[in-house]
Amino acid sequence: MKTIADRLIEDVGLRRGVDRLTPEKIQKVFKELVAGECGARMKTYMETCVRCGMCAKACHYYMSHKDPSYTPVAKVSQTMWRLFDADGKVDPKVIYECAQVAYTECNLCRRCIHYCPLGIDTGYIISVVRRLCHKLGVTPQYIQDTAHSHSATMNQMWVKDDEWPDTLQWQEEEAREEFPGLRIPLDVEGADFMYSVIAPEPKFRTQLIYQAAAIFNAAGVSWTMPSTPGWDNSNMAMFTGDSEIMARIERAHYETAQRLRVKRIVMGECGHAFRAVYDVGNRWLGWKWHPVPVVHSVDFFWQLIQEGRIKLTHKYAEPVTIHDPCNIIRGRGLMEKLREVTHFLCENVVEMTPNREHNYCCCAGGGVINCGPPFKNVRIVGNSIKAEQLKATGVHTLVAPCHNCHGGLEDIISKFGLNMHTKFLGDLIYELMEKPEAE
Amino acid sequence: MHALFNLAVGPLAWLAFALFILGSAYRLMAMRALALKKDASFVAYISWPHALKSLAHWITPFGALGWRENPGVTVVTFAFHICLFLVPLFLMGHIALFDAFHGWSWPALPDTVADTLSIVVVAACLYFLWRRIAVPEVRFITRTHDWLVLALVGATFLTGVLAYHRIGDNLFMTTLHILCGEAMLVAIPFTRLSHMLFGFFSRGYIASEFGSVRHAKDW
Repeated sequence: MKTIADRLIEDVGLRRGVDRLTPEKIQKVFKELVAGECGARMKTYMETCVRCGMCAKACHYYMSHKDPSYTPVAKVSQTMWRLFDADGKVDPKVIYECAQVAYTECNLCRRCIHYCPLGIDTGYIISVVRRLCHKLGVTPQYIQDTAHSHSATMNQMWVKDDEWPDTLQWQEEEAREEFPGLRIPLDVEGADFMYSVIAPEPKFRTQLIYQAAAIFNAAGVSWTMPSTPGWDNSNMAMFTGDSEIMARIERAHYETAQRLRVKRIVMGECGHAFRAVYDVGNRWLGWKWHPVPVVHSVDFFWQLIQEGRIKLTHKYAEPVTIHDPCNIIRGRGLMEKLREVTHFLCENVVEMTPNREHNYCCCAGGGVINCGPPFKNVRIVGNSIKAEQLKATGVHTLVAPCHNCHGGLEDIISKFGLNMHTKFLGDLIYELMEKPEAE
Repeated sequence: MHALFNLAVGPLAWLAFALFILGSAYRLMAMRALALKKDASFVAYISWPHALKSLAHWITPFGALGWRENPGVTVVTFAFHICLFLVPLFLMGHIALFDAFHGWSWPALPDTVADTLSIVVVAACLYFLWRRIAVPEVRFITRTHDWLVLALVGATFLTGVLAYHRIGDNLFMTTLHILCGEAMLVAIPFTRLSHMLFGFFSRGYIASEFGSVRHAKDW
């Protein structure tokens, strides 16, 4: 049977990383990691998995390839089991294989938790494999570059300190041509909420900042954005296994909100960023819950609609379907609010199957898309099941309130010729809302 | 053979039960201590209401997505586990032993029912064996440990059925059956069979995360 060893992809970050390793070095780091950071969860998962293979059907990689080496348990068997069996003393080439599986063949989407009777959290196990690879200096170059950027600039895209407020002011200026009274309020202490986005927004999706400002302007809410580092809520260090940088980013983000004395943080339509802020960073920093309440855009739009702050000129007439992003559905249970918002905006919503908590992953999240061109084809071909799922809806518009999902789904749509286009909720709201002061 | 039989139903039985009970208690307590020491930022979210709700779904056949998507495994797994517990506890022959040695007695299953349930267990083991050989995604992850555990459970019930039907030398078969059963008991806390001890907790933990933090169902 084929294994990961039969499909290795050359990546300079992985190659140079393993070239520096010896079995002794690997063993030392592995043992330190297990002793220092692993506890009852890892022990239980390693010991009790009965190898029933029920999780196979959970994974989009397996469902697309039908290759037994792509099942969730097979990914664990090719990584963590091997390491434990050898007490960490493995050949460096094994680490290359572990890294490729962990970074590029698992999106940490947690769908397999719905399949394992014992509730084994494969996403967690794969995260620990990534943590080991990070500690060994074996990470794919593209995603490592984003982690370096986080480390140096506190944002993912090497956006410089002056480029950030400059971009916001540019978008404000653009938007004021349409809405003369619009502001993107910077550093307003005591505003109701701080709006944070991921660094790709100022870098190459600036229209999303424009749209958000237009929506908040029309809704008449009290908001602000920070002009300083801490504005980026994304966190690729979480996915490389660099928990230290991950925590620095989250601390900066929370502390920026605290400095501005806002009542809460509203986050743009990103899934992984929400996972980092809502579910991961707080734990590493020692907070059970969040020092400042955290709200995802889907939730926030839902609240605006409930309060009657968004009025539409018309509803979107074409049928749409909804993609449930793992990090805000399995990660935050926003499936019903996502539907209520979508139904508020659209005449005709066609559900895809399976959906809600059981939805198939986009295959871009979990840092996989961030591993860059060397692994692009794998994640696209590895999600033909998603293409089939999308095709079966028969619609041409796909609502996906997550940046990674957008990236992944657009690639799948183009590869499989699906004639669909993806939309954020913000795109739809901006398109459909009443714009009273617009000129 | 008589001496071995006496050893099996006497001292070895004591030893097996002691290792099973004390071993299980030790493993559970040690794991709890480890969780409190090393997984505090995860233990903090444990929520019994969410855990119990999820467990209720998972102990119901077809009550969770994984069960529904694997109907064959579901039917066999439930039949297997139910019989696995009913037969040892409510078989007339077992109760008679406890009655003879300790004067303990409780209602028994009719012999034909217990016999049928035992055959169900053996058949289920054959099904699991077939899966390990023939289903690629199961074969890929099967290791020696899995064969041994399956063989141990299968042998225990197979020898029980053969002894009941008086196939082969009865004393030999019965003795072998008792030894296998004792080995299985001892194996529970120290092998993959420990999912019997930890499975409810690992499921309950992830259900707590999903229920109380992520506000999503995990079934």
